[in-house]
Amino acid sequence: MGNAVAIIGTGQTRHGRRTDLCYPDLVREAVTAALDDAGITLEDIDGVVLGTMPSMMEGVSSTHFYFAEAMGSLGKPVLKVETCGSTGQSIGHCGFFWVASGMADIVLVVGSEKMSEGDGQATMTTVFDPFFQRTFAAGAPGVFTMQSMEWMYRFGIPEEKGREAAALISVSNHDNAMDNPHAHIRMRVTMDDVKNARVITYPVRLLDVCPASDGACAVVFASRKAARKIGRKPAWIRGLGFRGEEFFYGESDKAVWMSATEAAGEAYRQAGIRDPLKELDVAEIYNPFTYQEMIFYECFGFCPRGEAPDYVLKGTFRKGGELPCDPSGGTLCTNPIGATGLIRLAEAALQVTGKAGERQVEGAKLALSHAMGGVDQFNGVTIVGSTL
Amino acid sequence: MAKEYRTIRNDVALPYQWALGRTWTRFFDGLKEERILGTKCDRCGKVYVPARSFCPVCFTDLMEWVDVKPRGRLVSWTVVNTSYHGQVKEPPYIVALIRLDGADCDFHHFIDGFNITDAGERKRKLRAGAKVKAVWSPSKNADIRDIAWFAPV
Repeated sequence: MGNAVAIIGTGQTRHGRRTDLCYPDLVREAVTAALDDAGITLEDIDGVVLGTMPSMMEGVSSTHFYFAEAMGSLGKPVLKVETCGSTGQSIGHCGFFWVASGMADIVLVVGSEKMSEGDGQATMTTVFDPFFQRTFAAGAPGVFTMQSMEWMYRFGIPEEKGREAAALISVSNHDNAMDNPHAHIRMRVTMDDVKNARVITYPVRLLDVCPASDGACAVVFASRKAARKIGRKPAWIRGLGFRGEEFFYGESDKAVWMSATEAAGEAYRQAGIRDPLKELDVAEIYNPFTYQEMIFYECFGFCPRGEAPDYVLKGTFRKGGELPCDPSGGTLCTNPIGATGLIRLAEAALQVTGKAGERQVEGAKLALSHAMGGVDQFNGVTIVGSTL
Repeated sequence: MAKEYRTIRNDVALPYQWALGRTWTRFFDGLKEERILGTKCDRCGKVYVPARSFCPVCFTDLMEWVDVKPRGRLVSWTVVNTSYHGQVKEPPYIVALIRLDGADCDFHHFIDGFNITDAGERKRKLRAGAKVKAVWSPSKNADIRDIAWFAPV
């Protein structure tokens, strides 16, 4: 895995509709918070990694130019990485690679999105090929919903049971977001609210779907030597995995989903995890859709294939359950896409360093973070621990 | 009440001229003749539809062209009830994944040809494995909408 790498600071904006700040100022809000958290200044940073969604999202191309000052990169090496929704995990991995290689001691990783400025679903639709599938894409909801239907058909999950479990996931995530001062959507919802909300892509309803958020996240990666010198409590990177699959939707099996399964499998091997449900203390899963969250539980080995609704309904993944998932309220309540996967990693780091405030899972020592990108095409996982 | 700050409206519209290349030109010429063409890998035997120039798994050139049936079975579907910029159809409409007879991957297209807003009708007609067939557009432009939609049989 290369040299040991620690996360020594994280920063997030208040996520939501942020017309009080132009886009670079939004980025700076997260960067400033991360530097403060780590107790360092820009002079300590050896390099900067940035990630966002495709340029169509906000209509400004190659934002590493636009953010040069805001992300503190003047006079420093810069990398821009984008993998759609999985961007946040990709840039986290990039920060890890940079420090683990020994080529840098401290790297600042920044992810951001200002979704109130563009049309998220129109942008997502441009990720599809222009000849065959773009016509039928219907943004993220179109494909994620078809994937969920295929999964329910495959494992014989009755529609009512899937609906009940998905509604409970929505209620739990909304409850959790009440504990998170950074979250975009902070309101309690009931099972009936979810089941009676407007249909977006049948059977998925409004409260099964994430919002479009403005927000940024920054994370400071440090070598063991730098971490020791700075003296902040570190979250150690214990394992990471990233996998991609075929571009055309319908060519690979999304009900079993190789990329999600193997990205987690790779991270588990590195971290020495054999039984994730027992060994992990908390997971921050990229969950923009309630139904899809259940497919991730299965891919990550939290439960057998086709049984996620049973585990959800008995409360396994709720606050106080065997493996609490998304105590932050998750992607379901906050989704500035280019930042989202990094927010998952930042939240995992906060958990294992005991800094997660009201959303802290008591005594958490080992946490999984995750993001998914493109048309169900890429998945990235990072596992952090309180010890190396 | 929170103070409102100014925003400025701006539209970015850029023209593109996308090349279909040899393989996809032939595929769309096929649609114009009401044929759905795939290519078959001589190594793993998989039939790809739409036709591909190379096998994504074996990374070999695909030389063998095959006609697949303009009918197949439903794999998954959803009713789209949300709007976004540039959408080609007014919601609600149904999109689906269809496994065409003779193909080894799923084809993405519309389902129509019955009262799709009737939930009972949908329940009767749309289930995994349900048979569907292509309905061709009367006028064709050698593009994906030469197939108007797939209808339950």
